[in-house]
Amino acid sequence: MAADNSTTAMQTDSRDWADRWRHINKILDRRGPFCDNSFREGYENTLLPQCKVLVIGAGGLGCEILKNLALSGFKDIHVIDMDTIDVSNLNRQFLFRPSDVGRPKAIVAAEFVKNRVAGVVVTPYHGKIQDKDDDYYKQFQIVICGLDSVEARRWMNATIVNLSQELGEAIPIIDGGTEGFKGQARVIIPTVTSCYECSLDMLNKPTTFPICTIANTPRLPEHCIEWAYVLEWPKVFKNEKLDTDDPKHIQWVFEAALERARQFKIAGITYSLTQGVVKNIIPAIASTNAIIAAACCNEAFKIATTSAPYLDNYMMYTGNEGVYTYTFQHQKKPDCPVCGENSVNVDVNKNWTVEEFIEWLKEKPDAQLKKPSLMTADNKKIYLQAPPILERSTRPNLEKKLSSLIEDGDTIIVTDSTLPFSLQLVVSLI
Amino acid sequence: MLKIWSIKKDNAQAEKKKPKVSAAQIRVQKDLTELELPSTMEMSFPDESDLLNFNLSIEPDEGFYKGGVFRFTFNINNNYPHEPPKVRGIQKIYHPNIDLDGNVCLNILREDWKPVLNLNSVIVGLQYLFLEPNAEDPLHKDAAEDLRTNRKSFEYNVKQSMRGRDVKGNYYDNVMAKN
Repeated sequence: MAADNSTTAMQTDSRDWADRWRHINKILDRRGPFCDNSFREGYENTLLPQCKVLVIGAGGLGCEILKNLALSGFKDIHVIDMDTIDVSNLNRQFLFRPSDVGRPKAIVAAEFVKNRVAGVVVTPYHGKIQDKDDDYYKQFQIVICGLDSVEARRWMNATIVNLSQELGEAIPIIDGGTEGFKGQARVIIPTVTSCYECSLDMLNKPTTFPICTIANTPRLPEHCIEWAYVLEWPKVFKNEKLDTDDPKHIQWVFEAALERARQFKIAGITYSLTQGVVKNIIPAIASTNAIIAAACCNEAFKIATTSAPYLDNYMMYTGNEGVYTYTFQHQKKPDCPVCGENSVNVDVNKNWTVEEFIEWLKEKPDAQLKKPSLMTADNKKIYLQAPPILERSTRPNLEKKLSSLIEDGDTIIVTDSTLPFSLQLVVSLI
Repeated sequence: MLKIWSIKKDNAQAEKKKPKVSAAQIRVQKDLTELELPSTMEMSFPDESDLLNFNLSIEPDEGFYKGGVFRFTFNINNNYPHEPPKVRGIQKIYHPNIDLDGNVCLNILREDWKPVLNLNSVIVGLQYLFLEPNAEDPLHKDAAEDLRTNRKSFEYNVKQSMRGRDVKGNYYDNVMAKN
């Protein structure tokens, strides 16, 4: 690192030396014009020394994020990743070496950072984010996501937003994402700013081709590959699901696609293209990851130190047309199913039947319900207005007492055509 | 500590334990309970506690396919509505837009799916395929060719196939409604 000769001479540990944090201290040792009111001078007075930060993903973004955090003064870093290291990761996931291929990303990344930066503890977990519960997630003050799937982001977002609501304490989520030359970084302050679910409508779906084109008039190598795994695989293997991580499966798809391409005189099928199409792999560019990870870690640093205002709340980076970024405030969706204020407390007479409860709901002027359908939060049906088969099977519940179907304090999810999304009723039985 | 760490609690509701219910689940509840199934359609659930997997049967009351009952499986995953439901025919039928394995060529089930669409849109789309089979987007080439060149012969072949007879060397499932 950038240590001059005089300090190198003083070093006692090759991973640490006097003045190592000089540059960070320049920001933290005195108040600047953009500091928050709560800012207090000195590293020790910021949250950095005790901030527990969780990094989700130890891949392209994750490696950069872990490195940046460790070099910005964060001391207690946790990382989750379910993947193992593949040869193809090594060009940009710089915490990994050829000898690490096959080992868990989280564990190798944690070891590397710990060995490189003195005083930093990195705690890895090799597994799924879904393996961990609220008790685990609530120990963190900041969560940074370097994920590659919409599904994982939705799960993480919902978990942290719900947890924040429950704790009455916001755990900021910093979400980074890259796709080729483009990327985005955003700061989500649960219930205060828009969350990931609020912006779900903005997402593009991955490119898919009309099934009839795939079946009859393929023109691109991608059409042949999709034909092989969407139409041929289920025909040939019936009940066996295609495992996109199994090289034998990919090889089969590759060969089937190649044969089809030959018939239609289409060139360009390769094994790696097959893998790319089947697993929906988007080319990863090291510099894009570096830029987005840097943006994410700057936000984490600013939030933990209050030394400067944090991103409000969405930064898009477009690197394919020169270097262009655009920052805007993504609006919160009032009826967002995750962070929306759609939860209401109601007191319910414990002797009421479900039917009486529904009548009461319909008459409740602030609810404006016409044909409410009710389910419990753990997915048990109370009464559904449609489709007919479910209406018939839940109709006997109308005569039952509500208290026989739910417990005091349970939540009921209400949907109705008059509601933009849903209403969550937290029921007190009295 | 930073002010963003404490969320203002307007009322007691924040203290109540919020349920772990996925956005996909709520959305499916909303879609299902607001379905307006026409009399020509019926839904069934192999496992009623699982709302993400169900069957739909369509009994068209006009058009080429009148008299038959056509069955489909719907499979919705936890990424709904980001991803469309997976719909598959479970019978072997003679239809320009449905292949012999039950794959359905309907734009909103694939390339034109958007999260603002819902189960009702999909069901209306399926219904439409039976009223107006589309020869321009063929998934079953012979059937499409047949429809394009000779509607009379197509109509005859559809009727034959629906009774479980052979059409151009292929045997189809008997899909006639049992009265």
